[in-house]
Amino acid sequence: MVRFLIVRTLTGLVVLWLISMSVFALFYVVPSNVARTLGGRQATPETIAAINERLGLDEPLWKQYASFVGDALQGDLGYDYYHQVPVTTIIAQAVPVTLSLAVGAAVIWLVLGITNGVISATHPRSLADRSLTAFALFFYSMPSFLLGLVLLYFLYFKLTQAGYAWFPPGGYAPLSEGVGPWVNHLLLPWATLALVSAAAYTRLTRGSMLDVLSEDYIRTARSKGISERRVTYRHALRSALTPIVTQFGIDLGQLVGGVLVTETVFSLPGLGQTAIIAITQQDLPVIIGIVLFASTAVVVANILVDLAYAVLDPRVRIS
Amino acid sequence: MRLLEVQDLRVSFSTDDGIVEAVRGVSFDLDRSHTLGIVGESGSGKSVCTQTIVGLTRGATVTGNAFFDGVDLLTAQPDELRGIRGKRIGMIFQDPLSSLHPLYRIGWQIREMIQAHDSSMTRQQARTRAAELLGLVGIPHPEERLDDYPHQFSGGMRQRVMIAMAMALNPDLLVADEPTTALDVTVQAQVLAVMTRLQREFGTAIVLITHDLGVVAEVADDVVVMHAGVVMEHAPRRETFYHHHNPYTEGLFDSLPAVGAGRRRLTPIAGTPPSVIDLPPGCSFAPRCPYAFDRCWVSEPPLARVFGDVHHWSACWLPADLVARTAIRDRLRAETAAAGETAEGAAS
Ligand SMILES: Nc1ncnc2c1ncn2[C@@H]1O[C@H](COP(=O)(O)OP(=O)(O)OP(=O)(O)O)[C@@H](O)[C@H]1O
Ligand code: SF4
Ligand SMILES: [Mg+2]
Repeated sequence: MVRFLIVRTLTGLVVLWLISMSVFALFYVVPSNVARTLGGRQATPETIAAINERLGLDEPLWKQYASFVGDALQGDLGYDYYHQVPVTTIIAQAVPVTLSLAVGAAVIWLVLGITNGVISATHPRSLADRSLTAFALFFYSMPSFLLGLVLLYFLYFKLTQAGYAWFPPGGYAPLSEGVGPWVNHLLLPWATLALVSAAAYTRLTRGSMLDVLSEDYIRTARSKGISERRVTYRHALRSALTPIVTQFGIDLGQLVGGVLVTETVFSLPGLGQTAIIAITQQDLPVIIGIVLFASTAVVVANILVDLAYAVLDPRVRIS
Repeated sequence: MRLLEVQDLRVSFSTDDGIVEAVRGVSFDLDRSHTLGIVGESGSGKSVCTQTIVGLTRGATVTGNAFFDGVDLLTAQPDELRGIRGKRIGMIFQDPLSSLHPLYRIGWQIREMIQAHDSSMTRQQARTRAAELLGLVGIPHPEERLDDYPHQFSGGMRQRVMIAMAMALNPDLLVADEPTTALDVTVQAQVLAVMTRLQREFGTAIVLITHDLGVVAEVADDVVVMHAGVVMEHAPRRETFYHHHNPYTEGLFDSLPAVGAGRRRLTPIAGTPPSVIDLPPGCSFAPRCPYAFDRCWVSEPPLARVFGDVHHWSACWLPADLVARTAIRDRLRAETAAAGETAEGAAS
């Protein structure tokens, strides 16, 4: 187990290193005109050169990269080109937004998906099963940006037009301003991010539960005279969780893409939106900082999922 | 009142291939302190029959009655059935490798059963009882093994855990589906001893499903012989062994490994058991029966008393009279031999 963790951490570090190099290389390929943007239309070549020197852009690429890695290892991700704000500060401001969005959505989709899946599996071919299947197929085939726009159109625009301003058009309210506004601002983004995945998890849980429910040990559980509820949740769902956790580990990476889209649609000032703005401005330190941070988060989350896997299955734990 | 009274039990499954008539009218009964052996080839409906009685068959059409201490288990309310399962009827399933939950410690699994029916027991008491049970079925170091997971036990050991669990609450009825098949002979004897001790001590009735006629000879009071979902013969043990009437029972005994003269060979009944989908009319054993005659192909023999014995039933059109039966058998033997000779003559 310990060896496994060490291996996972090392591969994670290699992945991060490769990612940082690729982002650097990409920037080298795309011609940079940061200095021109900063200097303005009338900037003389001297001004541009001065700006480039100040930002360190006149150095050869490998030197820029080396000094970046050196600083990063000390927790310094540099400053953004335009306002000289530390990248770490920028990330620290954006993280709560993204975290609220991602964690909230993940909780909603897991709870919704697993509950629906269990209901479907314990009542196969019933009305509930059929409607949940229809629900799943509907959302499963829908791209999340489309869902976001549809939600925004009907639940913000149409409702507000009709005089019910229940939802804000976007933006973020920090948790420190109260749970109400926080939830209110996040409800539609959560739905956008969660419903598509919840649909997938409904199908997954249903299939997994149906497999487990036909196992011999479920029959044993019933023969003990325990309640059907206990059979479903303590015995069947316990086993059905393993493939769900596996899938969740895979989906964590894809969550990044969903967050990007959702934050843009709902103007949430999280990591995704910050990254997109930085990309349009070619603000290299910010882009690299966010990409590295997000990759680290995904790598760590994957290790946690693997640990959860070991907790769930004693056969993994012991061998 | 009889402890268990099964009347005309019928179980069928609707599948893509057609209706599977797994059990087609089975009746038997059982008193306290008695053991009923159920034997028959694979697929004859032994497991489906006994599992249906306790309501563990899913997705089947079931008719008939199964009275347990006066309560019809087939129509009982779920709550009532739950109170009986585990506490008054203990079940041991056929496949020990897959019958325990792979993700829970076995101590937990036994405790769950105890605490489901006896809420006065504390966790610690239930644990002590679980260890005691493991010791009873011959698992070494029971205290320590409580915290192990099923995959840390061998197949035989898992079967013992199942047996320990089934006996945890001293049930009135123990249904044991091939409890000793996965075990070697010595362990088999130990396990049977544990079950019979439970029977002596608590008056437990046992339904024992087995392929092993040796086990039947050792512990069964009565024997039910099943074939293609019906009872072919039902008689006290001695009758089954020494005076069986049904050709299928005879076939089962002939298929026993012949011991002695250096020979230990299993000659199974020739041919395969019939599929229980779309059974043709007549006796289900007819295609393989050495005595089959015209009547056998058109109508199915009912289970009827034979040899004038009130406890001996057989489903076969052959006369009960031993002399007449032997005569038929000799005649058929002679006919087959003659047919063989003609075939040989034609070949040379
Ligand atoms: N859920 C099911 N759906 C369809 N057919 C089934 C189902 N369960 C059992 N059967 C069929 O019912 C018949 C009887 O099966 P059963 O398991 O009772 O046989 P058995 O006598 O216990 O055999 P074995 O000695 O191999 O355990 C078989 O033909 C089996 O294929
Ligand atoms: S009824 Fe006929 S076919 Fe069936 S067992 Fe008896 S003799 Fe054989
Ligand atoms: Mg069976």
